[in-house]
Amino acid sequence: MPDSPAARTRPADAALNTGLGRVLLFVYGVFALSASARALVQIATHFSEAPLAYLLSAFAGLVYIAATVGLAIGGERGRRIALASCSVELLGVLIVGTLSIADAIAFPDDTVWSRYGSGYGYVPLVLPFVGLWWLWRHRPRPDRDGG
Amino acid sequence: MNGPLSVATIVVALVLAAWFLLRAALNRAPSRADLLATALLGVLVAVLVVVAVIGLFDGSRPQETATFAGYLITTIAFAPVALYLARLEPTRWGSLILGVACLVLPVLVLRLQQIASVTVA
Repeated sequence: MPDSPAARTRPADAALNTGLGRVLLFVYGVFALSASARALVQIATHFSEAPLAYLLSAFAGLVYIAATVGLAIGGERGRRIALASCSVELLGVLIVGTLSIADAIAFPDDTVWSRYGSGYGYVPLVLPFVGLWWLWRHRPRPDRDGG
Repeated sequence: MNGPLSVATIVVALVLAAWFLLRAALNRAPSRADLLATALLGVLVAVLVVVAVIGLFDGSRPQETATFAGYLITTIAFAPVALYLARLEPTRWGSLILGVACLVLPVLVLRLQQIASVTVA
């Protein structure tokens, strides 16, 4: 029954990179692009002004790229890559967010993670939680082969 | 960059965003009309970007030309990428992808305006 409404709903064991996973892939892709492009411009034009902030920007960009790649390839390997990068991302946004408020002098220019991502509508703060929840929902189960 | 074309793009994108988010909330996959509407928005955005590029060769340039160019490329690619992903995903999540894209596009246009407003002669 390929045309029935039931065929359009998502089976519980569908792949990591379909459904909400595809939305996450899109959003992570946008952040991968914006964070790394921003870092590239900052490092290329005025690196000496705030080297720590710009290196963090570049690092954030790499983390988002890794998460995007993980979500895109899917499967157990993709899941592991995405899991690692989402965890680093969560730590990053919490640590950098806190430091940027506590020690504003060390962060004279913004990164994606400054002030918990307030410059990006706090999406950088929410995104790792959604990502980790999605990955947790797709954790490998012992009673099922592959994914 | 501040003309009626930008305003039209922002308004159309926001109206479509509201519609697509509603469709996603109601568990509807993108319809043919939805995909077509996104494609038309993409055309509108493309016209906006072409006008902006022509403006670059017309006297004053934004101070951060590289950033401006980067945003232009991102902006013009946005609707097509969302459309591609939404077609791969004929579920409510496809509607959500379109909704997210239509929410981000106005931000991109506003950022373009912001960057364009700081010029060098």
